[in-house]
Amino acid sequence: MSEIAEYVIAALLLIGGGFTLIGAIGLARLPDFFTRLHGPTKATTVGVGAIMLASVVYFSVSHDGIGISEILITVFLFMTAPVSANILAKAAMHIGVKPMDGTRGNPWEQ
Amino acid sequence: MLDRLNFPQPWLSLLLFTIWQFLSDGISGASVVMGIILAWLIPQITQGFWPERPAFIHAWRMPFYLLRVLGDIVIASFSVARLILSTRKPEPMFVCYPLELEHPLAISILASTISLTPGTVSADVSDDNKILLIHALDVNNEQEVIDAIRTRYEKPLLEMFK
Repeated sequence: MSEIAEYVIAALLLIGGGFTLIGAIGLARLPDFFTRLHGPTKATTVGVGAIMLASVVYFSVSHDGIGISEILITVFLFMTAPVSANILAKAAMHIGVKPMDGTRGNPWEQ
Repeated sequence: MLDRLNFPQPWLSLLLFTIWQFLSDGISGASVVMGIILAWLIPQITQGFWPERPAFIHAWRMPFYLLRVLGDIVIASFSVARLILSTRKPEPMFVCYPLELEHPLAISILASTISLTPGTVSADVSDDNKILLIHALDVNNEQEVIDAIRTRYEKPLLEMFK
């Protein structure tokens, strides 16, 4: 494996790990349910994206052919993450979770 | 029995079959048989959820749209990361976004895009498909969010589903 590829893989893994960590910190630090919803959905987007790219680069350099299954896994994740976030927000509004002080606008009643 | 052995949505079946070939270890007899079974079974089961056929008129615009969304995700995630690590309190807001899109598939693509881009999560769609409720993590005013979504995401989608 060439030296450049190693640096690229290491950088992508660090970026991915960093964003996943920040997402987890956000989950612990943000004040209410609706703001906490932002932490994990974002960590999956950039964190998993960078780790997936690292995996694609690694297997493309060390074996022949690019890893299509990694890309498919990411596509599935990107398709399902918004749906789960949406269902969580809907459920929270349904049972009437109170947003933090200073939240402007109202979740409507349905 | 025989009349049920059809493919109501040929493109979906083809997509499922192709994805299954990539997911299994190399193309073999077993993966082809399993792929055909899945390509037949999944459209049959999910047929009730497709009230009308999805109409992609300008599907070739999709890659440009995806590239723009990917770029925005990278830029916006840095600002969210900075907000999480700073001591400042976020200023969240529920935004009612008036939809111009009418096609259900287009609305779900827009809602997913909003949820994937950092800083906004789409929370609900009104029963008449006219208003999208968005929770924004840290914004100054409502109009800013609406304008950004309108020009960056909804306009291209409107052109795609015309």
